[in-house]
Amino acid sequence: MTTRSDTLERWPSAGEESAAAGADAAAYMNPYLAGIGLGLVLLAAFVIMGRGLGASGGFNAIVAFLMNVVAPEHAKTREWLAGYFVGDASPLKEWLFFEIVGVFAGALISGLLARRVHVTVEKGPRVSVGVRLAMAFGGGMLMAVGAALARGCTSGQALTGGALLNLGSWGAMLMIFAGAYALAYFVRWEWR
Amino acid sequence: MTTPFFKYGMFGDETSLVIAFVIGIGFGFFLERAGFGSARKLVSQFYLNDLAVFKVMFTAIVTAMLGVTYLSWLGVLDLSLVYLSPTYVLPQLVGGLVLGFGFVVGGYCPGTSVAAFATGKLDGLVYLLGILAGTFVFAEAYPLVARFHGATSLGDTTIPQYFNLPYGLVVFAVVVIAVSGFWAAGLVERAFAEKAAKEGNQP
Repeated sequence: MTTRSDTLERWPSAGEESAAAGADAAAYMNPYLAGIGLGLVLLAAFVIMGRGLGASGGFNAIVAFLMNVVAPEHAKTREWLAGYFVGDASPLKEWLFFEIVGVFAGALISGLLARRVHVTVEKGPRVSVGVRLAMAFGGGMLMAVGAALARGCTSGQALTGGALLNLGSWGAMLMIFAGAYALAYFVRWEWR
Repeated sequence: MTTPFFKYGMFGDETSLVIAFVIGIGFGFFLERAGFGSARKLVSQFYLNDLAVFKVMFTAIVTAMLGVTYLSWLGVLDLSLVYLSPTYVLPQLVGGLVLGFGFVVGGYCPGTSVAAFATGKLDGLVYLLGILAGTFVFAEAYPLVARFHGATSLGDTTIPQYFNLPYGLVVFAVVVIAVSGFWAAGLVERAFAEKAAKEGNQP
């Protein structure tokens, strides 16, 4: 175990650039302005579509699609994915799948404009790339199971349901923060 | 009442997919603008030195909530036609907790991992593959958890409906909580910046 002073890089404060963003990268947007922008996008979704934003549902569609390619008979017996096999349409012909493709494009546009597109692995100074990637994979699996049980993730429940004062969404949102804070101490070696 | 446009049949399913892509661009753009394509920026929320996640999220919630409330009061938006995800108390509380674990362990949530991957973060890509793997496992294991997944159902309900409170009062309360939270977040960040400045000067 090394001592604290020689392993801790100074942890960036609010508004400072992430070390991985690169020296020439533009500063992040003021969080309140970004929040207003995000809120107006969400409001547009409500007014135009009558639904909010989401992300995990788009991943469900991808899994349904992949399972249907590899083992179509088996895929169609999966009760959890039944909603993606109605009629003959591809499971990818799904609103949230097209939305997350848009998320990719929008993030890429913003990143290019701010010179923040770099191939890198985000991690703290004390952890190896391999361990960080293993943690990312495990975290993604936990997220998927959590989102399946909660019927949506931070986008579909916390953000969308939060704005609609949805009871279950507010319950899920409080537990998301509770869970992350509860575990933060035990995984601090990964980040700082 | 003329909106939501889609529910009033102003365009069909094919067009709705184009709209999904365009709305997604706006979503991804502001996620990346805010710095949410970076795992270290996101998890800073849980180490209290940068509370941008809270600020962005609650500003967005308040903005959209006020917009929906006023448009509905003006008779422009029929709120009863906006999809409300049904409440299942226990699975949503447990799911939220597991989601929170996944957030701090992996550094992202599903939407932000897409923004991270788009800006070259390989950990974002691996996280995204983890989501696909986890979804596959859940789809296979669903019969085992189906009963729990459907337990403690309350149907479509909101905080004002469930607690029998006026809608406007709850909206006002959320605004007060958010603004108080923004003020408190500033205090916490300043305290951590001072602490970091002291430690940062040591070799």
